Amino acid sequence: MNKTLLYITVIVIATCGLVYELVVGALASYLLGDSITQFSTVIGGYLFAMGIGSYLSRYIDKGVAQRFVEVELAVALLGGLCAPVLFLTFTLTDLFQVALYGSVIIIGTLVGLEIPLLLRILKDQLKFKDLVSQVLSLDYLGALAASVAFPLLLVPKLGLVRTSLLFGVLNAAVGLWSTWLLAPLLGNPLRLRVKAVMLTVLLMVGFVLGDRLTTFYEDQLYADDVVHASSSPYQRIVLTRGKRGFSLFLNGNLQFASVDEYRYHESLVHPAMVRAGRAEHVLILGGGDGLAAREVLRYPEVRSVTLVDLDPAITGLAMGYGELSKLNENALKDSRMRVINADAMQFLMEGDQRYDVVVVDFPDPNNFALGKLYTTGFYKLLKKRVAPDGVAVVQSTSPLFARRSFWCVETTLKAAGFWTQPYHALVPSFGEWGYVLVAHEAPGHHRPLPEGLRFLDMPTLESLTLFPPDMSPLPTEVNRLNNQVLVHYYEEEWRRWN
Amino acid sequence: MELTRRELVAAFLGSAVASGCKREQPRAPIPGAIVDRAVEVGHRLRGGPLPRAQTLETVDVLVVGAGVAGLSAAWRLASAGVKDVRVVELEAEPGGTSRSGKNAVSAFPWGAHYLPAPTEDRGPVVRLLREMGAVSGVDAQGLPTFEEELLIQEPEERHFYRGHWYDGLYLRVGATAEDLAELERFDAKMNAFAAARDAKGRKAFAVPTARSSDDAEWTALDALSMAAWLTREGFRSTRLKWLVDYACRDDYGATSEHVSAWAGIWYFAARQDGQGERSEGFLSWPEGNGRLVHQLLSALPPRAVERDVLVHTVEPGEQGCRVDALDSRTGKPRSFQARQVVLACPRFLAAHLVAPWRTARPAFLDAFTYAPWVVANLTLSSLPESRGFPLAWDNVFQESNSLGYVVATHQRLRQDERGPTVLTWYLPMSGADVKAERTKALSASYADWEALVMADMRPAHPGILQQAQRLEVQRWGHAMVRPTPGFMWGPERRAAQESVGRHLHFAHTDLGGLALFEEANWFGVKAAERVLSELGQASASWL
Repeated sequence: MNKTLLYITVIVIATCGLVYELVVGALASYLLGDSITQFSTVIGGYLFAMGIGSYLSRYIDKGVAQRFVEVELAVALLGGLCAPVLFLTFTLTDLFQVALYGSVIIIGTLVGLEIPLLLRILKDQLKFKDLVSQVLSLDYLGALAASVAFPLLLVPKLGLVRTSLLFGVLNAAVGLWSTWLLAPLLGNPLRLRVKAVMLTVLLMVGFVLGDRLTTFYEDQLYADDVVHASSSPYQRIVLTRGKRGFSLFLNGNLQFASVDEYRYHESLVHPAMVRAGRAEHVLILGGGDGLAAREVLRYPEVRSVTLVDLDPAITGLAMGYGELSKLNENALKDSRMRVINADAMQFLMEGDQRYDVVVVDFPDPNNFALGKLYTTGFYKLLKKRVAPDGVAVVQSTSPLFARRSFWCVETTLKAAGFWTQPYHALVPSFGEWGYVLVAHEAPGHHRPLPEGLRFLDMPTLESLTLFPPDMSPLPTEVNRLNNQVLVHYYEEEWRRWN
Repeated sequence: MELTRRELVAAFLGSAVASGCKREQPRAPIPGAIVDRAVEVGHRLRGGPLPRAQTLETVDVLVVGAGVAGLSAAWRLASAGVKDVRVVELEAEPGGTSRSGKNAVSAFPWGAHYLPAPTEDRGPVVRLLREMGAVSGVDAQGLPTFEEELLIQEPEERHFYRGHWYDGLYLRVGATAEDLAELERFDAKMNAFAAARDAKGRKAFAVPTARSSDDAEWTALDALSMAAWLTREGFRSTRLKWLVDYACRDDYGATSEHVSAWAGIWYFAARQDGQGERSEGFLSWPEGNGRLVHQLLSALPPRAVERDVLVHTVEPGEQGCRVDALDSRTGKPRSFQARQVVLACPRFLAAHLVAPWRTARPAFLDAFTYAPWVVANLTLSSLPESRGFPLAWDNVFQESNSLGYVVATHQRLRQDERGPTVLTWYLPMSGADVKAERTKALSASYADWEALVMADMRPAHPGILQQAQRLEVQRWGHAMVRPTPGFMWGPERRAAQESVGRHLHFAHTDLGGLALFEEANWFGVKAAERVLSELGQASASWL
């Protein structure tokens, strides 16, 4: 038996074993946040599972070489596919943690079997003291190689998905060459060889396609580290943190980036606040992150703010998650705030209190359920809740990226009987963003802006109502419950930019 | 001989659904029941002479039947100030095939579930809609507009084909250029029919049918079947054929082979004015046309409608009619002497009730045939999941004999769309031999219906079994009059509309040849206005 080749085998399997551990650990901290916890539990669980593997090796009596090759192939398959499978599990299901620790235990157990089996294969070739010294020192050497290459070379160059697939390929290659190396000890090397070849090819194909998977999941979805991820019955909530602050995503759609959200929220709230006859009672529909509420609460005259958001998970996060409550300046805990987790449409229908200012901050109309919240049906309900000299404002997607959609919202508000004033502001994370200010009739008031704003002052505010030719009005249909034209406009227009 | 599940499914829903049936583990059936009492009542009517009461209850006007026609007659009479009107209904609930139910999740229809928004600002239907606050105004052309929340919300309809849901009703995926060209040519023809007017300015195809032109140019189409018309016009596309067949089954309970071409074209042409839109849209409510029934009821004095009254004999006389009935709960006989009677039941029942017809059966009665339907209401813990186009109001299975289902909670004004909900599933028994179809419909047990509904639903909604909480099944032995070739413009339908003497008048949707709210309402109002003139209280007609 060629000892050098066997030693190389040891280094490769040691490297592979550690790479899987690092891949799973990195993936867990990347998707779930809290990297200390994730790495600790993954590494601990993995080492423990290796112990189980080592223990179980005693029950393998016959055909040790055969089992060794099979273990290599199994590790190659499971380890190689662990990153893409875990990414998919995260995106498509709520079972990510089950899958995560399941793979830690299974891969760890298989890896734990490798060295004991190899020692037993080699026990007749070397003295015990040489055997232990050689194999273990090479094992640790492989671990070093992996831990240096992983952050410096593998993740930056290949990304997590392709790294795991690449080491799957190497692992399968070990299995393949072992069928020659250990041929004398194997009953039927040919069969194992065929399996090993098939597996290698499969993983190589995965490696080539993995490029697209990686791009899809890592670069496009979240460019930054995920610091919080949870699923509510309504949506998937992900907070990420990067060099320029943190961002909130709902179902993969960016809701705000802390670096420039002040531009979005100042533009959303203040034009309505300063043009209303008074601003004592304010209603916010959507906006569970508390950032619009923060702007509203800048006015001392505000006596009550009612925030209606469907999802308690969002308002809970806005109150309980340190960085978010810091960003919204604990707005949701203000004594003037009342937070209601309810369906906005039902809320409007069931009460009759009128508000001086209503801020309508829903996600963009990218499906029929959200599209309902942009119909004349909804706006007629809204109109009944705006005080006679009150003002409402509606976030209305981008007049640049989705020009027809924006003007459709404006047309629809007009059709519902509102006086309208469309305007827009540049929010770098979103692009050029649009709003429509509405009232029963043109408001006669223009009160001063509060102190401490970073984006808006009076001259800027006035400039927001100017629309350059590439965003100027387009004729559109009225969005009604029984046509939902806006959802079609929106889908068509954003498809061009994505 | 017991059928296997696959054979059962093939017999009721067709071989395509049957071939999709997978072998399944034995499972507990969804709790539920057959809720109609179709068999019981029919048997009592045919069972021989029934007792007559000793004392007569006198009433000015007796309306027999509290379906849409009967209630519309009573509504017209009440509006004219006729005080002494009684409506008797053999079922426990008024409404006929527009009846509805209600459970903790939602109200739901047991039959008719929508009304095409009227395209003209005249006639009794618009009047009724105004009374219920459904008309929001008139547009620039003077046509009525309707409250937005009552018009069917988008997405309105979708269809399921081989594992995937698609928008609308026409299967565009894989359609050839010829298919699409035929669809376009068909639409153009229908638009032309919709725009067609006769010398007197009447629409060729109008709602209700009574307002349509009687020019031979169009009525000649009645001699043909819709399928034969398609062939004659050179339409060969199977996709178009499916669409037309679906329309015929949906509105008439029969396939295009058994529907008059005049009626088939009416479906596409009557509810629009040729501007390319199929119609202005549909009005609907969670309880379907049960909402309209409640509106009619609300216009009547309390206790004007008596339930569980099984009328068995109507005898026209010199001064009025004698009407004999049974209280179907106690079995006690009741008899009425009415100055005027509106018999608002279908011809197949009238044939048993009208005393002189027992000895001299009018020939026109045999021209009336009725399609049986089965309607099932399935309560789900959450909305059904599906692949492809999202859940719509009307959800059609392309390869099944069923029409699919409508969603009772579709019109709810909510952002949060997760359920629970009630799905109303429709199966027109559209075979050629209606009697055999009726026997077939009544032969299946609750367990059979449960298996059928699930076999129909599961390919489109794999998780539905876990979501299903209750299933209730209603069999309608005579759900819809069938506009068979020759029936719409033949002499029989006209003859059936004639009153017997001056005291007995008829009202029912079958007199219009189509089972539709507008027809039932029209004939109800028409009969009531005849009654008014007999009572010497004639006023300006609503028609």
